[in-house]
Amino acid sequence: MNLTDYISAAPEITLLGLICVVLIADLFVDDEHRVMTFWMSIAALALTAWSLVATAPIERVVVFDGSYVSDPLSQVLKLTAVGFVAIAFLYARDYLRANDLHKGEYYLLGLFGLLGMMIMTSANSLLTMYLGLETLALSLYALVAIDRNNATAAESAMKYFVLGAIASGALLYGISWIYGVTGTLKFDEIATAIAANPDLNSLPLWFGLAFLIVGIAFKFGAVPFHMWLPDVYEGARTPVTLYIASAPKLAALAFTLRILVDGLGGLQDVWADMIMVVAVLSLLVGNVIAIAQTNIKRMLGYSAIAHVGFILLAIFCGTDKGYAAALFYTLTYVVATAGAFGIVILLSRRGFEAENLADFKGLNARSPWFALMMMFLMLSLTGIPPFIGFLGKLNVIDAVLSSGYAGLAVLMVIASVVGAFYYLRVIWYMYFEPREDQAVLQASTDTRLVLSLNGVAVLALGIVPGWLWTLCTQIALSMR
Amino acid sequence: MDFSQSLLSILIWLPIAGGILLLVIGDDNDVNSSRSITMRVAALGITVLTFVFSIALYKWFDNATAAMQFVERASWIPALDVWYYLGVDGISAPLILLTTFITPLVVIAGWDTIKVRPAQYFAAFLILEGLMIGVFCALDGLLFYVFWEAMLVPMFLIIGVWGGEKRIYATLKFFLYTFLGSVLMLVAFIYLYGQTGSFDLFGFMNVPLGMTAQKLIFIAFLLAFAVKVPMWPVHTWLPDAHVEAPTGGSVILAAIMLKMGGYGFVRLSLPIVPDGSAYFSGFVITLSLIAVVYIGFVALMQKDMKKLIAYSSIAHMGFVTLGFFLFWSISSGTGAGLGMTGGMVQMVSHGLISGAMFLCVGVLYDRVHSRQIADYGGVANTMPKFAAFMVLFSMANAGLPGTSGFVGEFMVIIASFKANFWYAFLAGTTLVLGAAYTLWMVKRVLYGEVANDNVAALEDLNQREFIVLAVLAISVLLVGLWPAPLVDMMNATIEQLIQQVGQSKL
Repeated sequence: MNLTDYISAAPEITLLGLICVVLIADLFVDDEHRVMTFWMSIAALALTAWSLVATAPIERVVVFDGSYVSDPLSQVLKLTAVGFVAIAFLYARDYLRANDLHKGEYYLLGLFGLLGMMIMTSANSLLTMYLGLETLALSLYALVAIDRNNATAAESAMKYFVLGAIASGALLYGISWIYGVTGTLKFDEIATAIAANPDLNSLPLWFGLAFLIVGIAFKFGAVPFHMWLPDVYEGARTPVTLYIASAPKLAALAFTLRILVDGLGGLQDVWADMIMVVAVLSLLVGNVIAIAQTNIKRMLGYSAIAHVGFILLAIFCGTDKGYAAALFYTLTYVVATAGAFGIVILLSRRGFEAENLADFKGLNARSPWFALMMMFLMLSLTGIPPFIGFLGKLNVIDAVLSSGYAGLAVLMVIASVVGAFYYLRVIWYMYFEPREDQAVLQASTDTRLVLSLNGVAVLALGIVPGWLWTLCTQIALSMR
Repeated sequence: MDFSQSLLSILIWLPIAGGILLLVIGDDNDVNSSRSITMRVAALGITVLTFVFSIALYKWFDNATAAMQFVERASWIPALDVWYYLGVDGISAPLILLTTFITPLVVIAGWDTIKVRPAQYFAAFLILEGLMIGVFCALDGLLFYVFWEAMLVPMFLIIGVWGGEKRIYATLKFFLYTFLGSVLMLVAFIYLYGQTGSFDLFGFMNVPLGMTAQKLIFIAFLLAFAVKVPMWPVHTWLPDAHVEAPTGGSVILAAIMLKMGGYGFVRLSLPIVPDGSAYFSGFVITLSLIAVVYIGFVALMQKDMKKLIAYSSIAHMGFVTLGFFLFWSISSGTGAGLGMTGGMVQMVSHGLISGAMFLCVGVLYDRVHSRQIADYGGVANTMPKFAAFMVLFSMANAGLPGTSGFVGEFMVIIASFKANFWYAFLAGTTLVLGAAYTLWMVKRVLYGEVANDNVAALEDLNQREFIVLAVLAISVLLVGLWPAPLVDMMNATIEQLIQQVGQSKL
């Protein structure tokens, strides 16, 4: 180990150090001044972002004896994750304060979760990956239960924890099979071992692979391993849902790409079929069940399942175009979903969760601007041009079609039409129904500003998407 | 000042920017407050200005060439080879003029009848206008699709917010129907993009395609455009949407949005997949004739005026698709051009007439708040000026010579005679059916004794309504008596289109 190793891991080291500082400093902050913890966390995120930019590698660097990698993919995903965690903190602040939940834990667990995501994103070995995953998962379990007097939250935390533990077990079991067959845990060595000895590409390896896919499907919330997702989205307090729904999706993408492409790229024809089944099921189940929901958090949960179907179908193609499309889709999906939960938080106030679709009735009369923003976000999630969600879908369909799966492409667009209904219902409630809730929206100026930027971003990105697509293509090309 | 290089951009973005401006101005509940008046004057000013710019388009338009004019080309998404590529030819220019002509009339028609959130109402129409012009100008497949889909959103809101009782059902049905049709067109576009490497429509037209690919692409296009036109049997969204939409929404829907489907056929289906179109031409002709005859009978039975006009729209749009697809049934060259020109003229004419008919119903609805034919009777006694206009538009709707409705239908019927006697026979029934359902409605609504107190209390047209209907009446007569300028505009492009369609791409 030498200095390069530490420089490459500097962002994680910086973050960990700063978390310790915030952790200790938070002890000396009383509840009245808890906003100090918020600003310290934001400062920690800013410093982490700065160290990410400062240590940005020009090309792929593998350090710590091959268990850690720093490349364009990890840089972009980490920077975006830092950004979304900051946005989640900002949206959460007023809500937590209004609901007597404004403790340091939300921010600290959030930061620890971010550390886990960053480790996952940079993992080059199955064990590093597992460590990052568990750091993230444990933070999330605790975050879901942060409102300890709330029975629903506790129940969903329990459910999340138990199912998460089973998935982790499956993942570890799969890892041990892969290790047993190939004799290594490092992704590039696994790839080399499979390439060198084609005989390895047989049932024992596939058996291990199947368990890894279970882990991936669980983390993404893909059908049939999605059971936890709607309950957790609904049961957790909205700022926690926002956190779970945004940045961890990026880590899950890295998790999938590292394992399936970096490590097991040689088995593409084996995992492609499994991924396709999971993806198609997610697309159908997510879109159809979302129609029946009356709780917007739950609805967005099922919508997340459907969007994961798109991401996985892009990965299923097994081409650079597909990986670029998956990255593009995930990045843009997270922008829209963070904004949507931001609006849900905006409508909530002390003792009132705006979690039912009916709470959106007449939003246009209460606040035309935020109704417009919510409409932008919903249209982006539907995939209506010129919003960015459309280009995400376009790129995935393009990747699927150029791999020769016209039937899948048709299935995807028809699923989008089914999905359009429940997004349109939000617009319907906001615009076509009379106002029921007379309360004035309460939010501080910075939240309003960032939320507006978030809403406008899905339009602006949709109008100038070229740079993002170029970036995603370059990253996809740099992966191997 | 020479702004011909960016004329199309001005036509697209001026109304959209104007719509945003209206949202910024906003409104208050008082219709007569200075803010409300400023907002409405701005809306009218912007739409009129857009119309003035479109007159420049007409002035500078060169009838002699079939090439794209006023071309603008700039890179939009270089990574995907997507261009901001605009241009007009003889097919799109008349439709742009129609759009810019109808929109100010819609603004005037909604002047003080819209009480709820008028700023958003007018803004939606202005943004919609820009997007519709965008559809007619776009020469890049992706740009076309962006305008095509984005257009649904303002219309969704217009029907949903300002519509009638069952507006939510109607607007969701409208959105989902058209969305389902268009996504398959998107898949076809992406397939063609995979073949050519760009979304350039001319690239799509020149790329050779196998028969299976052509058939599948044609079906994808057909679904998108048939829903928009709408053709039987995917027309069921239209009566609902028309009945529930506010008057302005119905006018735009009938006058312009339905034309998107016809435009799509001539701009995309025919030149991109000529062999596929040839293969399915008999099928499309059959559907068109069913629309003309069967929907004509359906219209006869309607009790709701708006529904009646909606069904009559479907029947009249059947002529458009019939005219376009007669090409393959005609052996000699001249008739084919006649069919297509007829279809195009019918689109413009139907835009004027159906818009006018919906405005007439709107005039009555504003006063009595009923669209049921049975609630009226003897309106001519209390509203003589209105009755004169309505009779004129009804005659035009029935295809009376001298009105614009006659020209297009006559051309298509002549062309179908050259193809097959029975085509012409069935198409000809519209002259009877159209007259029957329109004039029977006129008889029941306008003539006879004054039916009830509501009708007795009716006031005749006010100045605002008079202007709108008079302008439309003049244009209906103008196109009917002297269609040459309109036909001249299209001729060169249609000749080129016929050559293009005649060449196999296999």
